[in-house]
Amino acid sequence: MHIQVNGEPLEVAGPLTISALLSDLKVDYRLVAVEHNLTIIKRAAYDSVVVNEGDEIEIVRFVGGG
Amino acid sequence: MPVDVLTIADKTFTSRLIVGTGKYPSHQVMADAHRASGTEMVTVAVRRVDLRDRSAESMRAFIDESKIFLLPNTAGCYTAEDAIRTARLGRELGLSNWVKLEVIGDEKTLYPDNVALLDATRVLAREGFVVLPYTNDDPVVCKKLEDAGAAAVMPLGAPIGSGLGIQNPNNLLIIREQARIPVIVDAGVGTASDAAIAMELGADGVLMNTAIALAADPVAMATAMKLAVQAGRLAYRAGRIGRKQYGSASSPVTGTIPALAGASKGA
Repeated sequence: MHIQVNGEPLEVAGPLTISALLSDLKVDYRLVAVEHNLTIIKRAAYDSVVVNEGDEIEIVRFVGGG
Repeated sequence: MPVDVLTIADKTFTSRLIVGTGKYPSHQVMADAHRASGTEMVTVAVRRVDLRDRSAESMRAFIDESKIFLLPNTAGCYTAEDAIRTARLGRELGLSNWVKLEVIGDEKTLYPDNVALLDATRVLAREGFVVLPYTNDDPVVCKKLEDAGAAAVMPLGAPIGSGLGIQNPNNLLIIREQARIPVIVDAGVGTASDAAIAMELGADGVLMNTAIALAADPVAMATAMKLAVQAGRLAYRAGRIGRKQYGSASSPVTGTIPALAGASKGA
């Protein structure tokens, strides 16, 4: 299925959970925050929230800044 | 003198120097500079994970979170909505409800959009955030931010990254005099004397990034900044003398040896 991750199109086998998506993308879940269609997903819900066709995901982390 | 600590909302800090995490030559230099500065709070930015390049090592691994508190910022946000969204994401990442709130109004000067900043402060404070807004050195705006629920105000000394030093000392004096919350001078520091001046004016703390990170020797500059903030704070608490137009002798004016006939008066 087709989704958007960090503003870019991505083809993934799905539907899949946030946990599965992070794992597919090789992203350490402990270092990121995830937004699913503009709603922030709590870490405890990564196994239950399902990403569907056309969904928009943002995955962010801390970087250097002032 | 009694113990002198900085208290913002529910947290107490021994160090009054807040340092950034951007622009260092390496993560290791950053970690060494943080240690040298004695800082207990550093700012971090919230950005998208680069999905194409997962090789970049995590900056967070170089911050000792047992000693240093992470203060997420909303740098790069130009609207209240973006800043609020970024603050909420930062809360998820840092597991604290603190935010250095930035809403930039102009790309060239990086001056804040104070109208949007005020809106965002109100919304986030109502959501339970500890909001530290980066603002102009404007006493009226600082008062409004306090009324909107800010936990501290962070007036700029000069534009971000400019290194111009404290441009309007009188405004900072007024801001400090009227505020019932901490005043942190954020941005504009170029060298140690700038930080000392901010503290001598009564600032409760100083926040800087570029002045340390882009110094030729960031670790040495971090040490200089630590000492400058301490010296400035101590001078403020010690109570400086008033300014006078003319000289006032430090040595007794009586008991001097009589002047020789024909000699002119000197110092």
